[in-house]
Amino acid sequence: MGMGIDSRRIIAKRAAQEVTDGMIVNLGIGIPSLIPEYVAKDVHVMFHAENGILGMGPSPGEGKEDSALCNAGGFPITLKEGASYFDSATAFGMIRGGYIDLSVLGGLEVSQRGDLANWIVPGKRVPGIGGGMELACKSKKVVVVMSHVDKGGKPKIVSSCSLPLTAKECVSKVITDMAVIAVTDKGLCLTEVMDPYTVQEVIDQTDAPLFISQHLT
Amino acid sequence: MKNKISTIKKALEPLRNGMVLMYGGFGGVGNPPSLIKSIVDSKVKDLVLIGNDASFPNIGIGRLVKEGRVKKLIASHIGSNPVAGSLMNEGKLEVEFSPQGILAERIRAGGMGLGGILTDVGIGTMVEKNKDTITIADKDFLIERPLRADVSIVYAKKADTFGNLIYDKSARNTNPLVAMAGSYTIAEAEEIVPAGELDPEMIVTPGLFIDKVVQSEGIDWTWAWE
Repeated sequence: MGMGIDSRRIIAKRAAQEVTDGMIVNLGIGIPSLIPEYVAKDVHVMFHAENGILGMGPSPGEGKEDSALCNAGGFPITLKEGASYFDSATAFGMIRGGYIDLSVLGGLEVSQRGDLANWIVPGKRVPGIGGGMELACKSKKVVVVMSHVDKGGKPKIVSSCSLPLTAKECVSKVITDMAVIAVTDKGLCLTEVMDPYTVQEVIDQTDAPLFISQHLT
Repeated sequence: MKNKISTIKKALEPLRNGMVLMYGGFGGVGNPPSLIKSIVDSKVKDLVLIGNDASFPNIGIGRLVKEGRVKKLIASHIGSNPVAGSLMNEGKLEVEFSPQGILAERIRAGGMGLGGILTDVGIGTMVEKNKDTITIADKDFLIERPLRADVSIVYAKKADTFGNLIYDKSARNTNPLVAMAGSYTIAEAEEIVPAGELDPEMIVTPGLFIDKVVQSEGIDWTWAWE
């Protein structure tokens, strides 16, 4: 959403810290797909793709692509040891069954209760639901990565979503180019501020009440 | 045992205007390209399509949408085919969105002879509109209806003459489900072998689900990601 490549990489790098050893992880299209580059070498995880793969490896490099082997975004990938293929029903059975430890998704809006909107801007942008609803509802942990404000400068973290929802009360953390915000029982908690921004700037660009984590005050 | 090998033209003879056509594939990968090319050439129109997505404007099933042969599409997303989005916004194409895994499960239910599925995915969103709900043990579920098609088309790596199928890596995706949900199902295969040559332990789709097996003329999605 109008972000420079640097901002996207800063977000992906921070989001990579959410990935810990032994996890089953699903990454959405866009910024989430940059995350594997930043996962530490000693952190071993199985990446799940909703088009029917568990155990995706890195991109094969030019000329080595296999036309029948891609991730859910259609980009060529490789496999790591222990990987498997399965049909779409099984891929989503894994999601609904609660086997996905971490799901990182893009977002259009996140509310103070952790509601997520990320599939349609009526009359304008219609990418569709895809696998987002099930991933948002059923993953053990949902992290949303997105720009802090939209192209017009409007906050994307809001009291209540104005766009059609993907799922209610599903997000546990939002990572943006300005901040890391946790969704808690008490509301949104600002836990980290990205360089070069200040706490006040984050508050000004957020359209929902924020309480500030103790170590930032 | 029936020998189901057919030419593409003969296999597609039952297709009529207005029919429900279901297709395997995910983002173009696993759409049966030769069957789709022949359907585009056949001028059949007013189709109701059921599949994961609208592919790309010039790849796989996306071409049928682009050519204006589709009156309704039931899919999980259409983002990779901007023509589908434009037609929808102009009111020329009806689109019913289903969450991706629920769509897969509705297709599976259609093939497996079930009356529907119960799920909490979509509750509190636009997806619940006009759907019946049921409460079981204090938990609310949407009733999602099964999907079947007059004609299903799938892509396989290998088929034998009885229609047993083996798929190709992530090109498997929705194909095994779509294969079961057609009243008449055509499998396009990269390679066709005599019955008995495929290892029964490796067969993903048993041949009873398949009515015709046709030889693929080659895939068209290799550079779908570019």
